[in-house]
Amino acid sequence: MWGGRKLSSSGNRFLGVLRSRCWGTQAEGARLTSSAENQVSWTPQTKPRVFSEYRIMWFKSYRMTFACLNRMKIYRYPWRRLYSTSQTTVDNSEIKTFLALAHRWWDEQGVYAPLHSMNDLRVPFIRDNLLKTVAHHQPGKPLSGMKILDVGCGGGLLSEPLGRLGASVIGIDPVDENIKIAQHHKSFDPVLDKRIEYRACSLEEMVEETAETCDAVVASEVVEHVIDLETFLQCCCQVLKPGGSLFITTINKTQLSYALGIVFSEQIAGIVPKGTHTWEKFVSPEKLESILESNGLSVQTVAGMLYNPLSGYWHWSENTSLNYAAHAVKSTGQEHPVPAEFVFKGETEELRDKDSTNPGLQEELKK
Amino acid sequence: MPEPVPLPREPLILPAQVGRDRFLIGLLFARSISGTEAGPTQLAIGELCSGSAAKGGSNGAPSTLQVSTMAGRLAVSRWRAAPSAAGRGPLLSCRRWSGAKADTVYDVVVSGGGLVGAAMACALGYDIHFHDKKILLLEAGPKKVWEKLPETYSNRVSSISPGSATLLSSFGAWDHICNMRYRAFRRMQVWDACSEALIMFDKDNLDDMGYIVENDVIMCALTKQLEAVSDRVTVLYRSKAVSYTWPYPFTMADSSPWVHITLGDGSTLQTKLLIGADGHNSGVRQAAGIKNVSWNYDQSAVVATLHLSEATENNVAWQRFLPSGPIALLPLSDTLSSLVWSTSHEHAAELVGMDEEKFVDTINSAFWSDANHTDFIDSASSVLQSVVGFLRPTKVSARQLPPSVARVDARSRVLFPLGLGHAAEYVRPRLALIGDAAHRVHPLAGQGVNMGFGDVSSLVHHLSAAAFNGKDLGSMSHLTGYETDRQRHNTALLAATDLLKRFYSTSAAPLVLLRTWGLQATNAVSPLKVRSLTALQELPTEEGLCQ
Repeated sequence: MWGGRKLSSSGNRFLGVLRSRCWGTQAEGARLTSSAENQVSWTPQTKPRVFSEYRIMWFKSYRMTFACLNRMKIYRYPWRRLYSTSQTTVDNSEIKTFLALAHRWWDEQGVYAPLHSMNDLRVPFIRDNLLKTVAHHQPGKPLSGMKILDVGCGGGLLSEPLGRLGASVIGIDPVDENIKIAQHHKSFDPVLDKRIEYRACSLEEMVEETAETCDAVVASEVVEHVIDLETFLQCCCQVLKPGGSLFITTINKTQLSYALGIVFSEQIAGIVPKGTHTWEKFVSPEKLESILESNGLSVQTVAGMLYNPLSGYWHWSENTSLNYAAHAVKSTGQEHPVPAEFVFKGETEELRDKDSTNPGLQEELKK
Repeated sequence: MPEPVPLPREPLILPAQVGRDRFLIGLLFARSISGTEAGPTQLAIGELCSGSAAKGGSNGAPSTLQVSTMAGRLAVSRWRAAPSAAGRGPLLSCRRWSGAKADTVYDVVVSGGGLVGAAMACALGYDIHFHDKKILLLEAGPKKVWEKLPETYSNRVSSISPGSATLLSSFGAWDHICNMRYRAFRRMQVWDACSEALIMFDKDNLDDMGYIVENDVIMCALTKQLEAVSDRVTVLYRSKAVSYTWPYPFTMADSSPWVHITLGDGSTLQTKLLIGADGHNSGVRQAAGIKNVSWNYDQSAVVATLHLSEATENNVAWQRFLPSGPIALLPLSDTLSSLVWSTSHEHAAELVGMDEEKFVDTINSAFWSDANHTDFIDSASSVLQSVVGFLRPTKVSARQLPPSVARVDARSRVLFPLGLGHAAEYVRPRLALIGDAAHRVHPLAGQGVNMGFGDVSSLVHHLSAAAFNGKDLGSMSHLTGYETDRQRHNTALLAATDLLKRFYSTSAAPLVLLRTWGLQATNAVSPLKVRSLTALQELPTEEGLCQ
């Protein structure tokens, strides 16, 4: 996720600059009010700014925007890296920094604003592709009767919309605190409370229990952080029913993503220490597709997504050189695919080396 | 949980999206040309002024120091602003609700079951993406149902634009109205008491320009349609919310993210989205602490049901601008018309009090009298008329004469005061205002209820899309879309109506001349006419109608 936070509108650009920390709301988020009973006895108001000031603020806040982005990446990074590896690599200090941010998951204008706004794209993407597979659906809850596994659900940002559409969702995340937040948030909604189940565990731990039971697996903004992509995708495939759908959104491995995701945010904005991001872990759609195909998943769609940090919205795009979304369907046949390591030996060598420290898992997966 | 801090009493910026609400400046203009009222209303201008400066972001020149001080204060209080501001009002208690999970959680609660509120509940109830949602309508009054249509016409009628009729038919209410009674009008004639100037709106293809429908008939149709979706839409009659508790901007430790509502009988409920449709003295708006720019006109409206002296086709809406205010005659049937006469408070009281015969004479003379004409204006207007006639010889703008009134329905005369109001914001997190709660307008253009139905149409459109995308219904991301759409439309209409009202409230020669020529020119140039007609009719635009 390279994109920056949405630029706040004018009122808050202003406030944001003055605050030492960026709370990052949009004007609407913090509508200010005065006493309602005083509608008649107005006090004269000062006017907030002249045009030139406005411009200055804009630039300041633009810079700040990316500062936020980078902070977000610091916090987001550790738990992502934890994903699908053994729990021994958990760095407690990093967990702490992340926990400090955990309560911000549901702040729509906060550090996770791009993830909230990505729902405008990924929810319809998932919904429409799933609806293609069913003859007719119930109005009001089109996904009812479907079981969806949301891998790396975080605070449940994507699980809840899918639950509202009627699906029964299992959200998993290796970080306990995320699961607590997600659990807490859904508990206020009696409908979602029944439809969604959250668990603090890794995908590997779910494979046994949920093998071939899911209509869909969603791994949104996750695969660029997993250590062993191939194993991860194999697990995804295993929990899918034949004919089930796998949805992935991630970042491409291109020069552009290097320039914007690594160079700009780490070196130009200068807040993230060098080397925080691992461009090598980004995945190109071609590579993703090859691994998926070798696991018996046929890729249906690959669509580019672009984030506009000025408007705070995502857009579909022909261009997949930054972020993209992919939809793959598990084949209904029983044939076993060619093991992927022969195909991608060169590229995956390094990752596989790391993975070999965890032979038990490998064995379990290969049986 | 921190206790809410009181807001500073100093002025506040109205934070809002840039580029929204530029039309408020139009309102300012409308306001400033009147320049007669002082006191509270003048202060209200100051308010509006800074509000629009904040919104427009391109006018006004405050000192930097002031700005930064204010911004600093705002920065401190911003998260707490909504609950604390509301906490100062009598309507709200700032308890945190941590344990009360037993309350029913609704997806949408509509507060206020008037025409607009009931239409909102109905439209949501019939929306396909809302089939799985729980909707509640709160109405303070009793349920009104008719066994059969009353013989006498009600004196409260609305002019329903084709756009509003489309909305009503999208959930089946229009069929009920057609089965009861309504009157279509195909032409509209507006003319000046101080000159010969007139403007005639008609549609070439004989489409209906609008419909005059009794409010009771619309209400009855909506009630019937609400009954048909009672599994999704619960209606609580004779119940009124007494307090609202707003959530913090996003979920914190143990605070509920929903709006909590306490009803008059002490019961409580929760909702993901509260829609305020409770009229121009909106309790929801006040509880939320949303600023409302408002002033009362020095006018009251007198309504009555009138019997014409002879049966006619009666498909024209007539409106004449008298120096004291506009008088309108709206068709109800071949022999009946409805009167809406806006005039000074004293004159209105006098009209309601006088005996029926004199009342009828006064109305007839208001439509027919040329007492306010002056030779100068008449000749000036005939000059322009002949120029127009020379340039466009085919254009025949024959002035029609309104029907004469024979008598007034007994006990149908009522007066009510007029005012203008506009809420600075239509939405907050988990809150949306619609109808008169968001905007109150002079009846001269007959747009009050149509603006409300326009709100309904736009809000349903946005909410329906949000529901289909699985979004949280109370999220600002789509509510601001509604606000932007509607404020753009409503502020323009509000400003135009206010301007018209003031422009025509004088008999000063220069202004009369200006408006005479303006009206004649508009009447002669069809694109202008079509534009103004489209604006008034609220025809479906890009925002679409919920279907």
